[in-house]
Amino acid sequence: MWLSLGIIFSLGILIPGKFSLKVQYDRDQVLHIMPETLQQVQHLQLLCSTLMLDLWKPLLPEDIRAGEDLHIRVPAPLVQEVKDSLDQFMISYRVLIPDVQKLVDQSMPRERSSHRQVSGGYVYTEYHPMEEIYQWMTQIQKNNSELVTQHFLGKTFENRTMYYLQISQPSNKPKKIIWMDCGIHAREWISPAFCQWFVKEILQNYKNDSNKSRFLQNLDLYVLPVLNIDGYIYSWEEDRLWRKNRSPYENGTCYGTDLNRNFNSSWGSVGVSFNCSSDVFCGLGPESEPETRAVAQFIKSKKSDILCYLTIHSYGQLILTPYGSTNEPPSNNEELMQVAKEAAAALTGKYGTSYRVGSTASILYSNSGSSRDWAHTIGIPLSYTFELRDTGTHGFVLPPDQIQPTCEETMLAVTTIIDYVDKKYFSNGAVVLTSSSLGLSLCLSIVLTWTVS
Amino acid sequence: DIDDVGHKYYLELELEDVLDKDRTVSCTAEVLYQLGSKTSAPDVQVTVQGELRSTEEADQEFYNRIRSLEKELVAENIPDSHGNVPPELEPIHLLAWVASGYVIWQNSSENTKFHLAQVKHVKQVKRSDEDLQFDYVVLLHDMVSQEVLPWQVTLLWHPQRGARVSQCHGPGGT
Repeated sequence: MWLSLGIIFSLGILIPGKFSLKVQYDRDQVLHIMPETLQQVQHLQLLCSTLMLDLWKPLLPEDIRAGEDLHIRVPAPLVQEVKDSLDQFMISYRVLIPDVQKLVDQSMPRERSSHRQVSGGYVYTEYHPMEEIYQWMTQIQKNNSELVTQHFLGKTFENRTMYYLQISQPSNKPKKIIWMDCGIHAREWISPAFCQWFVKEILQNYKNDSNKSRFLQNLDLYVLPVLNIDGYIYSWEEDRLWRKNRSPYENGTCYGTDLNRNFNSSWGSVGVSFNCSSDVFCGLGPESEPETRAVAQFIKSKKSDILCYLTIHSYGQLILTPYGSTNEPPSNNEELMQVAKEAAAALTGKYGTSYRVGSTASILYSNSGSSRDWAHTIGIPLSYTFELRDTGTHGFVLPPDQIQPTCEETMLAVTTIIDYVDKKYFSNGAVVLTSSSLGLSLCLSIVLTWTVS
Repeated sequence: DIDDVGHKYYLELELEDVLDKDRTVSCTAEVLYQLGSKTSAPDVQVTVQGELRSTEEADQEFYNRIRSLEKELVAENIPDSHGNVPPELEPIHLLAWVASGYVIWQNSSENTKFHLAQVKHVKQVKRSDEDLQFDYVVLLHDMVSQEVLPWQVTLLWHPQRGARVSQCHGPGGT
């Protein structure tokens, strides 16, 4: 893939005109004309040579014949004059192509060069198939080996390997963990796109961004770019709107469990179907799916160190708090809501995109077996589901020109949450105050009161 | 709440012109969901305050273009998997929105939420009268069940007379 990108880039240099074509055929029209008499033929021959019109069929004026159709490209400024002239001679015609430039634009290869980002030329403003995401993970680790390691999480039903990336600043301090997974639902393509963007942003900026470098001193970031790999691939190859995984049921006549109904949190109680053909089929039992088990086992094993669980979906523009299966608020509901509101406000500040905040049960629908609810019930205090852009205009099929703004604004929300976690759990030692003298006097007063008491 | 009748909602809305983002128009609407009725669509009354932008020229151009096609237009997957719509199919896409709007309205209650997910297929059918006819298969996303269900809708359109649905047919019947 890197080689082919290189070839495309060098082609762009070799043929300078290719990517910098000035618009030349705007509103030019191609007319289909039917001359019937010799007089009409002669008139057309005159018209073509006087106005120097571009004959597409036949190629030369002398080959125009009565009874044979004629295709001419007429430059935009001449269109009316030519049509008037045809009308005057009662020559019948039809518009074959109303705007030649539009047709040209469609057939041009998509420009990749203008969106090139760092990290070996990977284009973060496009959607990538799973093969490319696997390659990206390898490259990211290779190019950032001091910070990033790729780890095996488990295997999918179709035996594909699930990897997560660990972003961890070397340190002798023990760290706590922020977990983020994307792509639990296959059709929500903006979600894996965000996980990739997030990794790129952290790695590009942590050295000169004081917030990021501060929280990386205390927190490790674990990112699973695509949880439902089989489903994601299926949405690329077979059915763009597929949601579930690809486990077969009923002798292979029915496929897929909704992984976000398959976790062990009030499993099977509400907002699910026990029918395999449903898009919210919850599986044969909690954690019946290999993908669910891979994630659940890992998170359970690191439970005491995970402070925050984030799971990214689309669409809806929501930050959802526990629970989906009941209206009973979680024990730390006030904190969850407060932080979510701050995150939503930070997000809105970028482009004005408005997000709603609340529990799944209250603002979306009832559901059980969600990964977010499960994470909270096993003791991860800050657990959120994000539903990214948009609110239904494009829905799951969000155009790639919205990848960048969506990721930029969501980045602000996620870093707000991470900052909060960092400040909450690590504010005693490493805090950066606005004035160093204030810090010094605080320390002194603490020492003084301590020694005095 | 209106006793023995149903629930009425009074809405103040701002319409944004998809093709001219700075333009907004206010409107008010009254929506009545009838009690216990699972089969009838909600009553909707809308008043637009202000003017909708004239699209006469673009409408006529589109109309002429489609009428002058040698072969009937056929297209699928609008937008494509990546969310792109070729420019000359944009009006077809917009008409699909209109067609879906009708289907969604006819199938709405206070507990439903539908969006057009994608146009699976569209076929133009040439007519002897002046209307354009498009037979659509639209995929509607049902937020509650998360299902994406195909609906067949026939839309008639004329630049002066506007759009109307002549037929619609859901999965497993209307």
